[in-house]
Amino acid sequence: MNRGRTSSPHQPGPNRTGRLMAWVMAAALPGLLAQTLFFGWGNLINTVFCIALSVGTEAAVLALRQRPVRFFLRDNTAALTGLLLGLSLPPLTPWWVSAIAVISAIVLAKQLYGGLGANPFNPAMVGYALVLVSFPVALTTRWVAPAGTEEAVLPGLIETLSIIFGGSTPVDAFTMATPLDVYKHGIAGALASQVTTHPTFGDGIARGWEWVNAGFLAGGLFLLWRRIISWHIPVSLLASLALMSLVFGWDPDRATPLSLHLVSGATMLGAFFIATDPVSAATSHRGKLIYGAGIGLLLYVIRTWGTYPDAIAFAVLLMNLSVPFIDHYTQPRTYGHRKARRVGTGGA
Amino acid sequence: MATPRPVEIIRNGLWDNNPALVQVLGLCPLLAVTGTVVNAIGLGLATLLVLVGSNLAVSLIRNFVAESVRLPAFVMIIASFVTCAELLMKAYTYELYQILGIFIPLIVTNCAILGRADAFASRNPVLPSILDGAMMGVGFLLVLIVLGGLRELVGQGTLFRDMALIFGPTAQDWVWRPFPEYTDVLFMVLPPGAFVGLGLLIALKNAIDGQIQARRARQASEVTPGSKRVRVTGHIS
Repeated sequence: MNRGRTSSPHQPGPNRTGRLMAWVMAAALPGLLAQTLFFGWGNLINTVFCIALSVGTEAAVLALRQRPVRFFLRDNTAALTGLLLGLSLPPLTPWWVSAIAVISAIVLAKQLYGGLGANPFNPAMVGYALVLVSFPVALTTRWVAPAGTEEAVLPGLIETLSIIFGGSTPVDAFTMATPLDVYKHGIAGALASQVTTHPTFGDGIARGWEWVNAGFLAGGLFLLWRRIISWHIPVSLLASLALMSLVFGWDPDRATPLSLHLVSGATMLGAFFIATDPVSAATSHRGKLIYGAGIGLLLYVIRTWGTYPDAIAFAVLLMNLSVPFIDHYTQPRTYGHRKARRVGTGGA
Repeated sequence: MATPRPVEIIRNGLWDNNPALVQVLGLCPLLAVTGTVVNAIGLGLATLLVLVGSNLAVSLIRNFVAESVRLPAFVMIIASFVTCAELLMKAYTYELYQILGIFIPLIVTNCAILGRADAFASRNPVLPSILDGAMMGVGFLLVLIVLGGLRELVGQGTLFRDMALIFGPTAQDWVWRPFPEYTDVLFMVLPPGAFVGLGLLIALKNAIDGQIQARRARQASEVTPGSKRVRVTGHIS
Protein backbone atom coordinates (compact mmCIF):
# COMPACT_ATOMS: atom_id res chain seq x y z
CA MET A 1 0.00 0.00 0.00
CA ASN A 2 1.44 3.31 -1.03
CA ARG A 3 0.57 6.10 1.30
CA GLY A 4 2.74 8.68 -0.33
CA ARG A 5 4.91 11.05 1.61
CA THR A 6 3.09 12.62 4.54
CA SER A 7 4.46 14.63 7.35
CA SER A 8 3.38 14.06 10.88
CA PRO A 9 -0.10 15.51 11.36
CA HIS A 10 0.85 17.64 14.31
CA GLN A 11 3.61 19.42 12.44
CA PRO A 12 2.53 23.05 12.18
CA GLY A 13 3.40 25.22 9.23
CA PRO A 14 5.52 28.28 9.86
CA ASN A 15 3.42 30.93 11.62
CA ARG A 16 0.05 29.70 10.40
CA THR A 17 -1.97 32.48 12.02
CA GLY A 18 -0.03 35.14 10.14
CA ARG A 19 -0.67 33.47 6.78
CA LEU A 20 -4.37 32.93 7.52
CA MET A 21 -4.86 36.54 8.57
CA ALA A 22 -3.03 37.72 5.45
CA TRP A 23 -5.46 35.68 3.34
CA VAL A 24 -8.42 37.14 5.20
CA MET A 25 -7.09 40.64 4.56
CA ALA A 26 -6.54 39.86 0.91
CA ALA A 27 -10.09 38.53 0.64
CA ALA A 28 -11.43 41.86 1.89
CA LEU A 29 -9.85 43.71 -1.03
CA PRO A 30 -12.78 43.35 -3.50
CA GLY A 31 -15.08 44.91 -0.92
CA LEU A 32 -12.63 47.72 -0.25
CA LEU A 33 -12.29 48.29 -3.98
CA ALA A 34 -16.07 48.57 -4.34
CA GLN A 35 -16.18 50.96 -1.40
CA THR A 36 -13.54 53.13 -3.01
CA LEU A 37 -15.31 53.10 -6.39
CA PHE A 38 -18.71 54.08 -5.00
CA PHE A 39 -17.89 56.06 -1.87
CA GLY A 40 -14.58 57.70 -2.73
CA TRP A 41 -11.21 57.67 -1.04
CA GLY A 42 -12.53 57.75 2.52
CA ASN A 43 -12.54 54.04 3.34
CA LEU A 44 -9.14 53.51 1.74
CA ILE A 45 -7.57 56.34 3.75
CA ASN A 46 -9.32 55.17 6.93
CA THR A 47 -8.12 51.62 6.35
CA VAL A 48 -4.49 52.59 5.83
CA PHE A 49 -4.59 54.90 8.85
CA CYS A 50 -6.30 52.30 11.07
CA ILE A 51 -3.91 49.50 10.08
CA ALA A 52 -0.85 51.66 10.73
CA LEU A 53 -2.15 52.88 14.08
CA SER A 54 -3.32 49.41 15.07
CA VAL A 55 0.05 47.80 14.40
CA GLY A 56 1.82 50.68 16.15
CA THR A 57 -0.42 50.41 19.22
CA GLU A 58 -0.02 46.65 19.36
CA ALA A 59 3.78 47.00 19.20
CA ALA A 60 3.77 49.63 21.94
CA VAL A 61 1.59 47.57 24.28
CA LEU A 62 3.58 44.40 23.60
CA ALA A 63 6.77 46.27 24.45
CA LEU A 64 5.16 47.56 27.65
CA ARG A 65 4.08 44.03 28.54
CA GLN A 66 7.63 42.82 27.82
CA ARG A 67 6.50 40.35 25.19
CA PRO A 68 8.42 39.61 21.97
CA VAL A 69 7.15 42.37 19.69
CA ARG A 70 8.22 41.08 16.28
CA PHE A 71 7.00 37.55 16.92
CA PHE A 72 3.48 38.71 17.82
CA LEU A 73 3.29 41.35 15.10
CA ARG A 74 3.86 38.68 12.48
CA ASP A 75 0.52 37.02 13.32
CA ASN A 76 -1.12 39.96 11.47
CA THR A 77 -4.11 40.04 13.80
CA ALA A 78 -3.56 43.67 14.79
CA ALA A 79 -3.47 44.64 11.13
CA LEU A 80 -6.72 42.74 10.54
CA THR A 81 -8.39 44.56 13.43
CA GLY A 82 -7.32 47.86 11.87
CA LEU A 83 -8.57 46.75 8.46
CA LEU A 84 -12.00 45.74 9.80
CA LEU A 85 -12.37 49.08 11.56
CA GLY A 86 -11.32 50.98 8.44
CA LEU A 87 -13.89 49.04 6.40
CA SER A 88 -16.77 49.52 8.82
CA LEU A 89 -16.33 53.13 9.93
CA PRO A 90 -18.08 55.74 7.74
CA PRO A 91 -15.82 57.01 4.92
CA LEU A 92 -15.54 60.55 6.27
CA THR A 93 -14.94 59.67 9.93
CA PRO A 94 -12.55 62.22 11.48
CA TRP A 95 -9.15 60.75 12.30
CA TRP A 96 -9.43 61.11 16.06
CA VAL A 97 -12.63 59.04 16.12
CA SER A 98 -10.89 56.26 14.19
CA ALA A 99 -7.90 56.59 16.51
CA ILE A 100 -10.05 56.18 19.63
CA ALA A 101 -11.72 53.14 18.05
CA VAL A 102 -8.38 51.51 17.14
CA ILE A 103 -6.67 52.23 20.45
CA SER A 104 -9.56 51.01 22.56
CA ALA A 105 -9.85 47.92 20.36
CA ILE A 106 -6.19 46.97 20.75
CA VAL A 107 -5.56 48.14 24.31
CA LEU A 108 -8.88 47.58 26.09
CA ALA A 109 -10.41 44.71 24.17
CA LYS A 110 -7.31 42.72 23.22
CA GLN A 111 -4.11 43.32 25.16
CA LEU A 112 -5.65 43.98 28.59
CA TYR A 113 -7.29 40.57 28.36
CA GLY A 114 -3.94 38.96 27.58
CA GLY A 115 -3.47 39.42 23.85
CA LEU A 116 -4.37 37.21 20.91
CA GLY A 117 -6.49 34.20 21.81
CA ALA A 118 -7.49 35.48 25.22
CA ASN A 119 -9.93 38.19 24.22
CA PRO A 120 -13.58 37.27 24.82
CA PHE A 121 -14.83 40.02 22.50
CA ASN A 122 -14.05 40.83 18.90
CA PRO A 123 -11.59 43.75 19.33
CA ALA A 124 -12.62 45.62 16.19
CA MET A 125 -16.27 45.53 17.18
CA VAL A 126 -15.51 46.74 20.72
CA GLY A 127 -13.75 49.74 19.21
CA TYR A 128 -16.59 50.34 16.76
CA ALA A 129 -19.32 50.05 19.39
CA LEU A 130 -17.42 52.35 21.72
CA VAL A 131 -17.15 55.18 19.19
CA LEU A 132 -20.69 54.55 17.93
CA VAL A 133 -22.05 55.02 21.45
CA SER A 134 -19.71 57.92 22.19
CA PHE A 135 -20.01 59.96 19.00
CA PRO A 136 -23.39 59.18 17.43
CA VAL A 137 -23.34 62.33 15.30
CA ALA A 138 -19.92 61.72 13.78
CA LEU A 139 -20.82 58.13 12.98
CA THR A 140 -24.19 58.72 11.36
CA THR A 141 -23.64 61.90 9.34
CA ARG A 142 -20.33 60.94 7.73
CA TRP A 143 -21.58 58.45 5.15
CA VAL A 144 -20.85 59.47 1.58
CA ALA A 145 -23.50 59.76 -1.11
CA PRO A 146 -22.74 56.89 -3.53
CA ALA A 147 -21.27 57.67 -6.94
CA GLY A 148 -23.93 58.12 -9.62
CA THR A 149 -26.37 60.05 -7.46
CA GLU A 150 -27.55 63.07 -9.48
CA GLU A 151 -27.47 65.83 -6.90
CA ALA A 152 -24.38 64.60 -5.06
CA VAL A 153 -20.66 64.78 -5.74
CA LEU A 154 -17.99 62.37 -4.65
CA PRO A 155 -15.34 64.18 -2.58
CA GLY A 156 -11.91 64.17 -4.22
CA LEU A 157 -8.71 62.92 -2.63
CA ILE A 158 -7.61 66.32 -1.27
CA GLU A 159 -11.08 67.12 0.05
CA THR A 160 -11.36 63.72 1.71
CA LEU A 161 -7.97 64.16 3.36
CA SER A 162 -8.89 67.60 4.66
CA ILE A 163 -12.19 66.29 6.05
CA ILE A 164 -10.60 63.32 7.76
CA PHE A 165 -7.40 64.91 9.05
CA GLY A 166 -8.00 68.66 8.75
CA GLY A 167 -11.17 68.77 10.78
CA SER A 168 -13.29 70.48 8.14
CA THR A 169 -16.96 69.52 8.08
CA PRO A 170 -18.14 67.79 4.90
CA VAL A 171 -20.53 69.83 2.77
CA ASP A 172 -24.05 68.50 2.41
CA ALA A 173 -23.54 67.40 -1.19
CA PHE A 174 -20.96 64.83 -0.06
CA THR A 175 -22.99 63.02 2.54
CA MET A 176 -26.15 60.97 2.53
CA ALA A 177 -27.86 58.72 5.06
CA THR A 178 -27.41 54.98 4.55
CA PRO A 179 -30.20 53.02 2.81
CA LEU A 180 -31.06 51.11 6.00
CA ASP A 181 -31.42 54.40 7.84
CA VAL A 182 -33.54 56.03 5.13
CA TYR A 183 -35.85 53.04 4.77
CA LYS A 184 -36.30 52.55 8.49
CA HIS A 185 -37.29 56.17 9.09
CA GLY A 186 -39.10 56.69 5.81
CA ILE A 187 -41.35 53.65 5.93
CA ALA A 188 -43.05 54.88 9.10
CA GLY A 189 -44.99 57.49 7.13
CA ALA A 190 -44.88 56.39 3.50
CA LEU A 191 -45.25 53.44 1.13
CA ALA A 192 -42.33 51.41 -0.15
CA SER A 193 -42.69 52.92 -3.64
CA GLN A 194 -42.38 56.41 -2.18
CA VAL A 195 -39.46 55.62 0.11
CA THR A 196 -37.40 54.02 -2.62
CA THR A 197 -37.47 57.20 -4.72
CA HIS A 198 -34.76 58.48 -2.35
CA PRO A 199 -31.51 58.72 -4.35
CA THR A 200 -29.66 56.41 -1.97
CA PHE A 201 -31.53 53.44 -3.42
CA GLY A 202 -30.71 54.16 -7.08
CA ASP A 203 -32.03 51.83 -9.75
CA GLY A 204 -31.20 48.60 -7.92
CA ILE A 205 -31.70 47.76 -4.29
CA ALA A 206 -29.18 50.08 -2.70
CA ARG A 207 -26.87 52.11 -4.91
CA GLY A 208 -23.23 51.24 -4.33
CA TRP A 209 -23.96 49.19 -1.24
CA GLU A 210 -25.03 46.23 -3.37
CA TRP A 211 -21.61 46.16 -5.00
CA VAL A 212 -19.78 46.58 -1.71
CA ASN A 213 -21.72 43.65 -0.27
CA ALA A 214 -21.13 41.64 -3.45
CA GLY A 215 -17.41 42.32 -3.03
CA PHE A 216 -17.41 41.08 0.54
CA LEU A 217 -19.54 38.09 -0.46
CA ALA A 218 -16.98 37.20 -3.15
CA GLY A 219 -14.16 37.54 -0.64
CA GLY A 220 -16.11 35.42 1.83
CA LEU A 221 -16.70 32.67 -0.74
CA PHE A 222 -12.98 32.73 -1.48
CA LEU A 223 -12.25 32.22 2.23
CA LEU A 224 -14.73 29.33 2.28
CA TRP A 225 -13.07 27.77 -0.76
CA ARG A 226 -9.64 28.11 0.85
CA ARG A 227 -11.14 26.55 3.98
CA ILE A 228 -9.97 29.47 6.09
CA ILE A 229 -13.45 29.87 7.53
CA SER A 230 -16.15 27.21 7.80
CA TRP A 231 -19.62 27.69 6.33
CA HIS A 232 -21.49 27.35 9.61
CA ILE A 233 -21.40 30.91 10.89
CA PRO A 234 -22.11 32.85 7.66
CA VAL A 235 -24.83 30.45 6.52
CA SER A 236 -26.66 30.31 9.83
CA LEU A 237 -26.30 34.07 10.25
CA LEU A 238 -27.76 34.90 6.85
CA ALA A 239 -30.42 32.19 7.19
CA SER A 240 -31.67 33.42 10.53
CA LEU A 241 -31.63 37.03 9.31
CA ALA A 242 -33.67 35.95 6.28
CA LEU A 243 -36.07 33.92 8.40
CA MET A 244 -36.66 36.79 10.80
CA SER A 245 -37.20 39.15 7.89
CA LEU A 246 -39.67 36.80 6.18
CA VAL A 247 -41.64 36.24 9.37
CA PHE A 248 -41.76 39.77 10.73
CA GLY A 249 -41.01 41.98 7.73
CA TRP A 250 -42.68 40.27 4.77
CA ASP A 251 -44.57 43.45 3.86
CA PRO A 252 -42.18 46.04 2.33
CA ASP A 253 -44.71 48.76 3.09
CA ARG A 254 -44.20 48.20 6.79
CA ALA A 255 -40.64 47.05 7.32
CA THR A 256 -37.26 46.91 5.61
CA PRO A 257 -37.43 44.13 2.99
CA LEU A 258 -35.15 41.11 3.04
CA SER A 259 -33.27 42.23 -0.08
CA LEU A 260 -32.20 45.44 1.60
CA HIS A 261 -31.22 43.56 4.77
CA LEU A 262 -28.94 41.29 2.77
CA VAL A 263 -27.21 43.67 0.37
CA SER A 264 -26.97 46.85 2.36
CA GLY A 265 -25.26 47.87 5.56
CA ALA A 266 -22.45 45.68 6.79
CA THR A 267 -24.30 42.37 6.39
CA MET A 268 -21.80 40.51 4.21
CA LEU A 269 -18.77 42.05 5.88
CA GLY A 270 -20.21 40.98 9.21
CA ALA A 271 -21.24 37.51 8.14
CA PHE A 272 -17.97 36.49 6.50
CA PHE A 273 -15.26 38.63 8.07
CA ILE A 274 -16.38 39.79 11.52
CA ALA A 275 -18.56 37.03 12.96
CA THR A 276 -16.08 34.36 11.86
CA ASP A 277 -13.24 35.64 14.08
CA PRO A 278 -11.94 32.31 15.44
CA VAL A 279 -11.00 33.68 18.86
CA SER A 280 -14.30 35.20 19.92
CA ALA A 281 -16.70 32.86 18.05
CA ALA A 282 -18.07 29.54 19.28
CA THR A 283 -15.81 26.51 18.85
CA SER A 284 -17.72 23.42 17.73
CA HIS A 285 -19.72 23.21 14.49
CA ARG A 286 -23.02 22.96 16.33
CA GLY A 287 -21.95 25.88 18.50
CA LYS A 288 -21.08 27.92 15.41
CA LEU A 289 -24.54 27.31 13.97
CA ILE A 290 -26.17 28.59 17.16
CA TYR A 291 -23.74 31.50 17.38
CA GLY A 292 -24.36 32.61 13.79
CA ALA A 293 -28.11 32.21 14.12
CA GLY A 294 -28.04 34.31 17.27
CA ILE A 295 -26.19 37.10 15.49
CA GLY A 296 -28.66 37.04 12.60
CA LEU A 297 -31.59 37.20 15.00
CA LEU A 298 -30.14 40.06 17.04
CA LEU A 299 -29.18 41.85 13.83
CA TYR A 300 -32.80 41.87 12.72
CA VAL A 301 -34.12 42.78 16.16
CA ILE A 302 -31.79 45.76 16.61
CA ARG A 303 -32.13 46.97 13.02
CA THR A 304 -35.92 46.83 13.20
CA TRP A 305 -36.90 47.68 16.75
CA GLY A 306 -33.74 49.36 18.04
CA THR A 307 -32.55 52.92 17.58
CA TYR A 308 -29.50 52.15 15.45
CA PRO A 309 -29.88 51.59 11.70
CA ASP A 310 -27.20 48.88 11.56
CA ALA A 311 -26.29 46.46 14.28
CA ILE A 312 -23.40 44.17 13.33
CA ALA A 313 -21.21 45.39 16.19
CA PHE A 314 -23.84 45.04 18.90
CA ALA A 315 -25.12 41.69 17.62
CA VAL A 316 -21.59 40.24 17.44
CA LEU A 317 -20.64 41.54 20.88
CA LEU A 318 -23.82 40.20 22.49
CA MET A 319 -23.21 36.77 20.99
CA ASN A 320 -19.52 36.91 22.01
CA LEU A 321 -20.88 37.26 25.52
CA SER A 322 -22.83 34.01 25.22
CA VAL A 323 -20.02 32.00 23.64
CA PRO A 324 -18.86 30.33 26.90
CA PHE A 325 -22.46 29.25 27.49
CA ILE A 326 -22.85 27.94 23.92
CA ASP A 327 -19.51 26.13 24.11
CA HIS A 328 -20.49 24.49 27.38
CA TYR A 329 -23.64 22.95 25.92
CA THR A 330 -22.30 22.05 22.48
CA GLN A 331 -19.19 20.15 23.49
CA PRO A 332 -18.82 17.38 20.91
CA ARG A 333 -18.78 13.76 22.03
CA THR A 334 -15.25 12.42 22.22
CA TYR A 335 -14.62 9.31 20.16
CA GLY A 336 -15.33 6.13 22.09
CA HIS A 337 -17.42 7.85 24.73
CA ARG A 338 -21.17 7.92 24.98
CA LYS A 339 -22.85 11.23 25.39
CA ALA A 340 -22.84 12.24 29.02
CA ARG A 341 -26.24 11.97 30.63
CA ARG A 342 -27.61 15.17 32.00
CA VAL A 343 -28.23 14.89 35.72
CA GLY A 344 -31.80 15.65 36.70
CA THR A 345 -33.46 15.25 33.31
CA GLY A 346 -34.62 11.72 34.02
CA GLY A 347 -31.62 9.96 32.50
CA ALA A 348 -32.21 7.33 29.84
CA MET B 1 -10.81 37.60 67.53
CA ALA B 2 -8.35 40.14 68.74
CA THR B 3 -9.05 43.71 67.77
CA PRO B 4 -6.66 44.80 65.01
CA ARG B 5 -4.28 47.67 65.65
CA PRO B 6 -5.39 51.13 64.41
CA VAL B 7 -2.68 51.15 61.73
CA GLU B 8 -4.05 47.91 60.33
CA ILE B 9 -7.60 49.26 60.35
CA ILE B 10 -6.50 52.34 58.44
CA ARG B 11 -4.51 50.32 55.92
CA ASN B 12 -7.38 47.90 55.44
CA GLY B 13 -9.95 50.60 54.80
CA LEU B 14 -7.86 52.73 52.49
CA TRP B 15 -5.97 50.11 50.52
CA ASP B 16 -5.65 46.43 51.44
CA ASN B 17 -9.36 45.74 51.84
CA ASN B 18 -10.82 48.78 50.08
CA PRO B 19 -14.60 48.34 49.79
CA ALA B 20 -14.73 49.42 46.15
CA LEU B 21 -11.47 48.05 44.73
CA VAL B 22 -11.00 44.81 46.68
CA GLN B 23 -14.34 43.81 48.19
CA VAL B 24 -16.08 45.23 45.08
CA LEU B 25 -19.13 46.01 47.18
CA GLY B 26 -21.66 48.80 46.75
CA LEU B 27 -21.29 48.77 42.99
CA CYS B 28 -24.79 50.04 42.30
CA PRO B 29 -24.25 53.60 43.60
CA LEU B 30 -20.59 53.45 42.62
CA LEU B 31 -21.42 52.89 38.98
CA ALA B 32 -24.55 54.98 38.83
CA VAL B 33 -23.56 58.33 40.30
CA THR B 34 -19.90 58.76 39.41
CA GLY B 35 -20.60 60.87 36.34
CA THR B 36 -19.07 63.96 37.96
CA VAL B 37 -16.84 64.68 40.93
CA VAL B 38 -19.56 66.54 42.79
CA ASN B 39 -22.00 63.62 42.59
CA ALA B 40 -19.26 61.28 43.76
CA ILE B 41 -18.42 63.47 46.75
CA GLY B 42 -22.08 63.83 47.67
CA LEU B 43 -22.78 60.12 47.68
CA GLY B 44 -19.39 59.29 49.23
CA LEU B 45 -19.95 61.66 52.16
CA ALA B 46 -23.44 60.29 52.77
CA THR B 47 -22.08 56.73 52.75
CA LEU B 48 -19.23 57.74 55.07
CA LEU B 49 -21.70 59.24 57.54
CA VAL B 50 -23.88 56.14 57.49
CA LEU B 51 -20.88 53.82 57.87
CA VAL B 52 -19.50 55.62 60.92
CA GLY B 53 -22.93 55.90 62.53
CA SER B 54 -23.96 52.32 61.93
CA ASN B 55 -20.60 50.91 63.05
CA LEU B 56 -20.86 52.96 66.25
CA ALA B 57 -24.41 51.84 66.99
CA VAL B 58 -23.86 48.21 66.06
CA SER B 59 -20.77 48.05 68.24
CA LEU B 60 -22.74 49.50 71.19
CA ILE B 61 -25.51 46.92 70.98
CA ARG B 62 -23.29 43.97 70.01
CA ASN B 63 -23.63 42.24 73.40
CA PHE B 64 -27.39 42.68 73.72
CA VAL B 65 -28.71 41.40 70.38
CA ALA B 66 -29.21 37.68 69.89
CA GLU B 67 -27.20 36.08 67.10
CA SER B 68 -30.29 34.95 65.20
CA VAL B 69 -31.85 38.40 64.84
CA ARG B 70 -28.68 40.40 64.35
CA LEU B 71 -29.10 41.07 60.63
CA PRO B 72 -32.60 42.63 60.89
CA ALA B 73 -31.31 44.73 63.77
CA PHE B 74 -28.33 45.92 61.72
CA VAL B 75 -30.55 46.79 58.78
CA MET B 76 -32.86 48.80 61.05
CA ILE B 77 -29.89 50.76 62.39
CA ILE B 78 -28.47 51.37 58.90
CA ALA B 79 -31.86 52.45 57.61
CA SER B 80 -32.20 54.97 60.43
CA PHE B 81 -28.84 56.51 59.63
CA VAL B 82 -29.63 56.60 55.92
CA THR B 83 -32.82 58.48 56.75
CA CYS B 84 -30.73 60.95 58.76
CA ALA B 85 -28.33 61.41 55.87
CA GLU B 86 -31.21 61.85 53.45
CA LEU B 87 -32.89 64.49 55.62
CA LEU B 88 -29.57 66.30 56.10
CA MET B 89 -29.00 66.41 52.34
CA LYS B 90 -32.56 67.61 51.79
CA ALA B 91 -31.92 70.42 54.27
CA TYR B 92 -28.49 71.60 53.17
CA THR B 93 -27.83 70.42 49.59
CA TYR B 94 -31.30 70.14 48.12
CA GLU B 95 -30.24 70.33 44.45
CA LEU B 96 -27.64 67.62 44.86
CA TYR B 97 -30.24 65.54 46.70
CA GLN B 98 -32.49 65.84 43.67
CA ILE B 99 -29.68 64.86 41.28
CA LEU B 100 -28.68 61.78 43.30
CA GLY B 101 -32.35 60.87 43.72
CA ILE B 102 -33.03 57.24 44.53
CA PHE B 103 -29.38 56.44 45.20
CA ILE B 104 -29.45 58.17 48.60
CA PRO B 105 -32.19 55.91 50.06
CA LEU B 106 -30.51 53.00 48.28
CA ILE B 107 -27.47 53.37 50.55
CA VAL B 108 -29.42 51.03 52.86
CA THR B 109 -28.77 48.23 50.43
CA ASN B 110 -25.05 48.98 50.10
CA CYS B 111 -23.49 45.66 51.06
CA ALA B 112 -20.31 47.37 52.18
CA ILE B 113 -22.14 48.89 55.14
CA LEU B 114 -23.94 45.72 56.26
CA GLY B 115 -20.70 43.85 55.64
CA ARG B 116 -18.72 46.09 57.99
CA ALA B 117 -21.47 45.94 60.62
CA ASP B 118 -21.44 42.16 60.60
CA ALA B 119 -17.75 41.52 60.02
CA PHE B 120 -16.23 44.19 62.23
CA ALA B 121 -18.54 46.30 64.39
CA SER B 122 -20.44 43.37 65.90
CA ARG B 123 -17.19 41.85 67.14
CA ASN B 124 -15.12 44.83 68.24
CA PRO B 125 -15.26 47.64 70.79
CA VAL B 126 -16.68 51.07 69.98
CA LEU B 127 -13.57 53.08 69.17
CA PRO B 128 -11.99 50.65 66.68
CA SER B 129 -15.42 50.25 65.08
CA ILE B 130 -15.75 53.99 64.55
CA LEU B 131 -12.25 54.10 63.07
CA ASP B 132 -13.05 51.16 60.80
CA GLY B 133 -16.28 52.79 59.60
CA ALA B 134 -14.47 56.06 58.94
CA MET B 135 -11.59 54.43 57.06
CA MET B 136 -13.84 52.19 54.96
CA GLY B 137 -15.97 55.23 54.20
CA VAL B 138 -12.97 57.33 53.23
CA GLY B 139 -11.63 54.50 51.07
CA PHE B 140 -14.98 54.28 49.29
CA LEU B 141 -15.16 58.07 48.97
CA LEU B 142 -11.68 58.29 47.45
CA VAL B 143 -12.46 55.67 44.81
CA LEU B 144 -15.71 57.47 44.03
CA ILE B 145 -13.85 60.77 43.59
CA VAL B 146 -11.15 59.29 41.37
CA LEU B 147 -13.71 57.48 39.22
CA GLY B 148 -15.95 60.55 39.09
CA GLY B 149 -12.99 62.72 38.10
CA LEU B 150 -11.91 60.26 35.41
CA ARG B 151 -15.39 60.05 33.93
CA GLU B 152 -16.02 63.78 34.13
CA LEU B 153 -12.68 64.62 32.53
CA VAL B 154 -12.89 62.10 29.70
CA GLY B 155 -16.64 62.29 29.25
CA GLN B 156 -17.27 66.02 29.36
CA GLY B 157 -13.80 67.58 29.35
CA THR B 158 -14.23 69.35 32.68
CA LEU B 159 -13.21 68.80 36.28
CA PHE B 160 -15.00 69.97 39.44
CA ARG B 161 -18.04 71.38 37.68
CA ASP B 162 -21.07 72.38 39.79
CA MET B 163 -19.10 72.13 43.01
CA ALA B 164 -21.36 74.88 44.31
CA LEU B 165 -23.97 72.19 44.95
CA ILE B 166 -21.97 71.14 48.01
CA PHE B 167 -19.58 73.94 48.88
CA GLY B 168 -21.80 76.95 48.30
CA PRO B 169 -21.62 79.82 45.81
CA THR B 170 -17.87 80.43 46.34
CA ALA B 171 -17.18 77.13 44.58
CA GLN B 172 -19.00 78.25 41.46
CA ASP B 173 -15.80 78.94 39.50
CA TRP B 174 -13.77 75.93 40.63
CA VAL B 175 -14.60 74.28 37.31
CA TRP B 176 -11.51 73.54 35.25
CA ARG B 177 -11.66 73.09 31.47
CA PRO B 178 -8.34 71.85 30.14
CA PHE B 179 -9.58 71.69 26.55
CA PRO B 180 -11.40 74.72 25.14
CA GLU B 181 -13.32 72.78 22.49
CA TYR B 182 -14.20 69.31 23.66
CA THR B 183 -16.53 66.80 22.07
CA ASP B 184 -18.36 64.88 24.78
CA VAL B 185 -17.43 61.20 24.89
CA LEU B 186 -20.86 59.79 25.67
CA PHE B 187 -19.46 56.37 26.43
CA MET B 188 -17.76 57.63 29.58
CA VAL B 189 -20.82 59.64 30.62
CA LEU B 190 -23.08 56.59 30.34
CA PRO B 191 -22.92 53.64 32.80
CA PRO B 192 -20.61 51.44 30.63
CA GLY B 193 -17.89 54.04 31.16
CA ALA B 194 -18.17 53.44 34.90
CA PHE B 195 -17.64 49.71 34.44
CA VAL B 196 -14.58 50.25 32.26
CA GLY B 197 -13.25 52.97 34.57
CA LEU B 198 -13.63 50.83 37.69
CA GLY B 199 -12.05 47.89 35.88
CA LEU B 200 -9.05 50.05 34.99
CA LEU B 201 -8.74 51.28 38.60
CA ILE B 202 -8.83 47.71 39.94
CA ALA B 203 -6.22 46.68 37.37
CA LEU B 204 -4.04 49.63 38.40
CA LYS B 205 -4.29 48.65 42.08
CA ASN B 206 -3.40 45.04 41.31
CA ALA B 207 -0.45 46.20 39.21
CA ILE B 208 0.84 48.39 42.05
CA ASP B 209 0.40 45.55 44.56
CA GLY B 210 2.25 43.21 42.21
CA GLN B 211 5.16 45.66 41.95
CA ILE B 212 5.35 46.06 45.73
CA GLN B 213 5.29 42.31 46.23
CA ALA B 214 7.97 41.75 43.61
CA ARG B 215 10.20 44.34 45.26
CA ARG B 216 9.69 42.73 48.66
CA ALA B 217 10.55 39.31 47.29
CA ARG B 218 13.71 40.72 45.70
CA GLN B 219 14.77 42.37 48.94
CA ALA B 220 14.11 39.20 50.91
CA SER B 221 16.19 37.09 48.57
CA GLU B 222 19.15 39.47 48.51
CA VAL B 223 22.21 38.16 50.28
CA THR B 224 23.12 39.97 53.44
CA PRO B 225 26.55 41.58 53.15
CA GLY B 226 29.40 39.67 54.71
CA SER B 227 27.90 36.21 54.30
CA LYS B 228 29.92 33.59 52.48
CA ARG B 229 28.68 31.73 49.42
CA VAL B 230 29.15 28.06 48.81
CA ARG B 231 29.27 26.80 45.26
CA VAL B 232 27.03 23.75 44.95
CA THR B 233 26.60 23.23 41.19
CA GLY B 234 28.87 23.11 38.19
CA HIS B 235 32.56 22.30 38.17
CA ILE B 236 35.43 24.58 38.87
CA SER B 237 37.70 24.99 35.89
